[in-house]
Amino acid sequence: MVAFSGTRLTCIRGERLVFEDLGFSVEEGTALYLTGANGSGKSSLLRIMATLLRPAAGELCWNAVDVWDDIPAHHDRTRYVGHPDGVKPVLSVGENLTFWAAISETRSEQVGQSVQTALDRVGLDRLSEMPARFLSAGQRRRLNLARLLAAPARLWLLDEPAVGLDEGSTAVLESMIASHLAKGGMAVVATHDAVPAGARRLELS
Amino acid sequence: MRGFTDTLRRELRLALRQGGDSLLVVMFFVLVVVLFPLGAGPEPGILSRIGAGIIWVSALLAAMLSMDRLYQSDFEDGSLELLVLSPAPLEIIVLAKAAAHWLTTGLPLIVASPLLGLLLNLEVEGMAVMLVSLTLGTPALSLVGAIAAALVLGARRGGVLISLLILPLFVPILIFGVGAVDAALLELTYRPQLMVLGALLLLAAALSPWAAAAAVRQAVA
Repeated sequence: MVAFSGTRLTCIRGERLVFEDLGFSVEEGTALYLTGANGSGKSSLLRIMATLLRPAAGELCWNAVDVWDDIPAHHDRTRYVGHPDGVKPVLSVGENLTFWAAISETRSEQVGQSVQTALDRVGLDRLSEMPARFLSAGQRRRLNLARLLAAPARLWLLDEPAVGLDEGSTAVLESMIASHLAKGGMAVVATHDAVPAGARRLELS
Repeated sequence: MRGFTDTLRRELRLALRQGGDSLLVVMFFVLVVVLFPLGAGPEPGILSRIGAGIIWVSALLAAMLSMDRLYQSDFEDGSLELLVLSPAPLEIIVLAKAAAHWLTTGLPLIVASPLLGLLLNLEVEGMAVMLVSLTLGTPALSLVGAIAAALVLGARRGGVLISLLILPLFVPILIFGVGAVDAALLELTYRPQLMVLGALLLLAAALSPWAAAAAVRQAVA
């Protein structure tokens, strides 16, 4: 059973202690929802999980192997969706997504197909040729989420992924997460919305 | 070289679509060079003696002018975080960015320089050596600049800071670039200077991706 876990994690940002002695664990096919007030450290924890931040103390392990020992492998199996969408306004919707898929995917012949499928799923297929500067905030967010499908990976780290999404797109996001978990994927989701019934939850304070 | 061609293609596409930027750099280069005859007087003897220096210094300033944009927009829109987290090695991505910077600024400068050499009454023997020295020197400028641009990410007034960081590092490239042309004009051997320039380029190519990648990781943390 594959597991991603952290033990006794401590995070210090700008000399302020954000959290200490924090532990978590995510197994194959499960999701962990991070909740808590603004500034409680949800984003910092996700950034630690993504290896953007180094924890001040504690260990981050994938199958009992320290994540920091093999960063390329961790980047290979992880997709991170943060607050900024990383969308280039002068590139078309398709070009934006193709770049992220191509740089994450080793089998280059499949990129075109998976980009098309991903755009289909988030409802941007008809805007594929359009320069991304014409997208609304919600559409940019959907383009960012499409990266998860265009370049699949085991572990999704999502920082308030539903911000700016309309009801329909939120439902698409939920079904994306559900089918990802059904295929044995893992997800860690920071959210202010209601956590799905039965889902694991970590309350930060 | 996973990620190199993808990143290079993306950077070139961005540079072309955003247009203007590399044209602006070349215009700046031409204008600075054209100012010198106005300041130093139009005496052909003086200009042809200091012409190589003028062109090299102007090329340095022009390359520097465009340097701070190397990561800035990626940093602001969150792409830089995603690049750091991408499975492709960050060192290769940084190298591709430096290569794209050279193709969009260094190369146009080299193309424009013979015309400016003519304007400054630079002799023909000097001109050929100047082209070679610029061809060896400007990629090194882009590579060294890639480190400095990463170091000033997140700093206010990054543009000013970057010149303070970068200009001392450009000095050896300038010395040997101009030295080669001067030697050619005096009909001395200029091979050693060009070889040192080549060595500097190789050194920059070997070290700069690692240094710049480390600085980028620091910037997004």
